[in-house]
Parts: sequence; C-alpha cells; structure tokens
Amino acid sequence: MADYLDEMDHMADEADPTVGDLEIQNYTINFGPQHPAAHGVLRLVMELDGEIVERLDPHVGLLHRGTEKLIEHKTYLQALPYFDRLDYCSPLAMEHSYVLAIEKLLDLEVPLRGQYLRVLFAELTRICNHMLNIGAHVMDVGAMTPNIWVFEIREQCLEFFERASGARMHSAWFRPGGVHQDVPLKLLTDMADWLDEFPTLFEDAMSLVTGNRIFKQRNVDIAIVSKEDAVRWGFSGPMIRGSGIAWDLRKSQPYDVYDRMEFDVPVGTRGDCYDRFMVRVEEVRQSARIMRQCLNEMPEGPVASSDRKVVPPKRAEMKQSMEALIHHFKLYTEGFHVPAGEVYVATESPKGEFGVYLVSDGSNKPYRCKIRPTAFSHLQAMDFMSKGHMLADATAILGAMDIVFGECDR
Amino acid sequence: MANGAPIISSNEGVAAALAKSLGAAVLDTVEAYDEISFTVDRKKLPAVMDKLRDKHEYQQLVEIAGVDYPERPERFEICYHLLSLTKNHRIRVKVTTDEDTPVPTVTHIWEVAGWLEREVFDLYGVLFDGNADLRRILTDYGFQGHPFRKDFPLTGYVEMRYSEEAKRVVYEPVKLAQDFRSFDFMSPWEGADYILPGDEKSEDGDDKGAKNNG
Repeated sequence: MADYLDEMDHMADEADPTVGDLEIQNYTINFGPQHPAAHGVLRLVMELDGEIVERLDPHVGLLHRGTEKLIEHKTYLQALPYFDRLDYCSPLAMEHSYVLAIEKLLDLEVPLRGQYLRVLFAELTRICNHMLNIGAHVMDVGAMTPNIWVFEIREQCLEFFERASGARMHSAWFRPGGVHQDVPLKLLTDMADWLDEFPTLFEDAMSLVTGNRIFKQRNVDIAIVSKEDAVRWGFSGPMIRGSGIAWDLRKSQPYDVYDRMEFDVPVGTRGDCYDRFMVRVEEVRQSARIMRQCLNEMPEGPVASSDRKVVPPKRAEMKQSMEALIHHFKLYTEGFHVPAGEVYVATESPKGEFGVYLVSDGSNKPYRCKIRPTAFSHLQAMDFMSKGHMLADATAILGAMDIVFGECDR
Repeated sequence: MANGAPIISSNEGVAAALAKSLGAAVLDTVEAYDEISFTVDRKKLPAVMDKLRDKHEYQQLVEIAGVDYPERPERFEICYHLLSLTKNHRIRVKVTTDEDTPVPTVTHIWEVAGWLEREVFDLYGVLFDGNADLRRILTDYGFQGHPFRKDFPLTGYVEMRYSEEAKRVVYEPVKLAQDFRSFDFMSPWEGADYILPGDEKSEDGDDKGAKNNG
C-alpha cells in the first residue's frame, strides 16, 4: 500500500524505479475458427500487447476438401460444379475461368450471344458478391441497417440466377462452349427494369455508410498498403486497385466480350480499408453499366457452340435424331477429350485474379487442375497489415479483404 | 484467336529474347497455346527469378503449382506463373525435382511465395530450401502423407467421426461401403495397354499385333 501511495505522489524508489509496476507480458489469443467476423472457418492466432496486434498467424485449410484432387478423377463436365462451391458468393465467376481454360485448350469458339450472356451474368455475380461483402464489412465495424438493405439486393440477384439456371447459388450454368441454356426474354426485360430500380436502394444504403463518422473512424488509415507492397504480395482485384494501381483484367486482358464494354476502373488514393471498400462500391455502379450495355447490344442466335463433339444436343433434338442420341450418350458418359497441353487462364473475379492452371494429357479428365485462389495472397498479407493495429481493427481489415474460405482452402 | 480466352500482349519474339537473356539456365523453352514456358535449372532458379523481376519487369508471382508425373525420374514439376503489370504479359517458369531434392526458395524475391511454397510442400512433399516457415497449410493438424501425389488414393487412408463414447473426434482407417469405382475410358483400339478380359489365352505376339493394327 505504501508503494501505491508513493506512486500517487510521484515519489520514485531510487533503488528500483519500476517497483510496483505490473509486469505485462504479450499474450496469445485465438480468433476463430468459429467467429462471426472471421467470414467462415478462419483461425487467427494473434499475439497481443494489450490490445495492439504484434503478430498474427492465420491458420487456413479448415475447409479443405481436396477439390483439385477430386477434379482429376472427374470428366471435364463433371468437374464444373466443383467451381460453384469454391467461392460460393460468386459462383459464376469461378466457372468463367474454368470454361475459358477448356475452350483455350480446345480452341473452341463461343457464339456471340453466349459470350454476352456470360459477361452479363458475370457482372450480376459481381454485384451479388459485393452486396455480401459490403454488407458484411459494415456489419463487422458495427452498422446493422445497410447490411439488411443490401441483402435485399443480393436476394434479387439470386432470383435472377434461379430464373436462368434453376439454382440460386450453385448455378453450373456456364459450360465449355457457351452457357447451358438460353434465358427467356422476360428475364432480360426484368433485369433491365431492375437495373433502373436497385441503384436507389443501393445509394440509400451507401449514403448511411460512406460519409458516416464512425465508419470512417474504423476504416480510414487502417492497414495502409503501398503500391510496392501490393505488387510484391501478389494482390489483385479491389485490393490492388485500393492501393492505387489501375489493374483490372477485364480491361488489360479482356476475355469474352469485355473488349466491347465501356467501363471505368476505380482506384484508391491511400490504400487503406476505406479505399478498398469504396472501390467495391464504385465497381457495383460500373457493373450495372456493363450489364446495361450487354442488354442493349446482345444479339439473337445460339448460346452455345454447335460443335457436337463438345456441346451436347438439346433434349428435344436428342429424342428425334439418332446422331444426337449417340452424341448425348457419349458426352454424358465418357465426356469429351481435350488435346494434351497446359494453359493458365485468369479472369477478374469479384475478389481478384482467379486463375485455373489446367494440364491435359489428352484424355477425358484433367491431369491436373490447379486453382489459383484470390484469398491466398491477400490473407497471407494479413500479418503485416495488422501489425500495430488494435484487435478490433483486425475485423475491419479482414472485412475489406473479402475472403471466402471455400475458395481459399479449396 | 477464335476462343474467348484473355488476350495479353503479343508473344512475338519474347521467348527468344528471354531465353537469350537467361542464357544457360534455360533447359527448355516451349511455346504452345499462346503461352510461354521455360524449364530452368533448379539450382539457378533464384538468379533467374531475380533477373525476370528486375530486368524483365515480371513484377508479380501469381501462382506456384505443383504437378506430379510419377513415371519421370524427377517426378515433380513446380510451375511458377509470373505476371508483368507493365508489359501486360504472362510467362511460366518450371523446375523439376524429386521427393528428396529441395528447390531453392524464392521468398526473398516475393514474400507471397511463402504460403504458395507451403502449399506445394503440404500437398506434394516438395522441400523448399530457405523457406523459414515450411509448415503444412491446407491439410489437418497432424496429417500424414502428401495427398495430391498421384499414388495417394482419392479416399485417403483415415476417416474421422465424433465418438459419443470417447466424447471427442476419433480417427479410424477408412472403410468404403462400396468399392471405389474408376472407369477406363480409353478406347481399346487406341491406348489400352492391358489384356482385355477373355483375351488372356491368346498368344502374346498376337495380342500385340492386334493392338498395333488398330
């Protein structure tokens, strides 16, 4: 007690100036694997000094299902639905890389309407994905209402997927050679109406967030990543654009009909969590712009290649024609053979560069299908991004990374 | 190009120029499907990567992919995919190795290589010399074996369940309710290098003759 009173009177013990002070040690806490802000099964082992993060070790792989190994045992067509289950928030964007890789090996041309439909739905997927991420991010830093509003928009996106493919999330709608089936005209007109309506709700929700004092306090200047760091750590997508590098694969390495689309690539100026968030907000507006162009320019015609050795015939045709019946049977049992070779095809998924490295040995199954997840390089950078920030900032950093574990762990 | 795959800068002359610049380190250059791959000497890998990043502007290491070819003397192929943001170009650099020979790390050139090398180590058992943190990454804590090798069965060796008696998760040898089915789709006229059922009695020579005719 005497020590305590001396300390209050600022009387230091000359022999030992720190006597009475508490020895504080760093301690380690476990964040996840079951934590609502971990966005899935992420385990972060954090070493904290008080509330300051000193070191952070992400443990991933809790959702590892061996997708790449399973794909090696399936035909090319059977392997397609596995891609929906990688990033289950943007399933069609995952399929896009895979079908483009197969088409590159086969050198298969996709009819124009098929390409437009793919771009249209890839952009719808981007809106759908960003709705989830924007909502989850604002909720991670404490806001409730915007999340519920943008989830309404996400629900409308899922309804469009359901009307096109029959499934809300796991569509399996992109196929090597085009898309599985054409969409009804009413779906396209409804989508055009929706493109005029949804921005009202979206902008309302964003008006609650983007200028909000609390939201800015939690995000501005948190986890600043310089341009050099972003390149060295292999960042892509909104993460590299948030750091101020205008790098978008849809612009620089256009696939399908992206070279006909007019859109802007938003970039951040400071490279913090707020910039990454705002890049996504602007991407939603740009995606809506691309979708409008697709709807305006989409030609009539077939939606899938007429190469009968790759694309199966329609069911009605199969009932009438012997030739079609044989093709149908062969394609759904044996599948098509892909020429030997190897390709790496990367597309701009909503989360960044999603690549597929496909090695074929000439048989009907991929010899090796390496999936390049976006999350791997981003999550790896979590350690240096969180260093020196508070424990509560870790959720904001994680929210701004947009990580989904189906894709990270494969 | 007819297909809709991403369009990058032209490959015109790039392969030859890079091969010349990298010199003796390059063992093989392949240009196929509009993509360039170099197979380089394993020992010179860090020097090659340094040169590609600093001199030839391939700033980003996008991916490290392992591939297993069990029939080759050096069974593993490690494929490094590089991206140039300024030249808008991609190349692939490959090295080969076996189970025991380590590959020099590139973590000092690109930090991102840390986890990518861990993944290849975890799934294929390839060792990376100089990687300070070569732990397993995707498989379970305490997992044994390297599951993406071609000789590792798809079903694995162990399965786990929650045991009500032990009140914890227990690991047991895998039991298949149904035999694992693997269909052979190779046409008997083309690639089947086995004796078809019913052909066992025929003379060896006859069998081979019939195959060659097809």
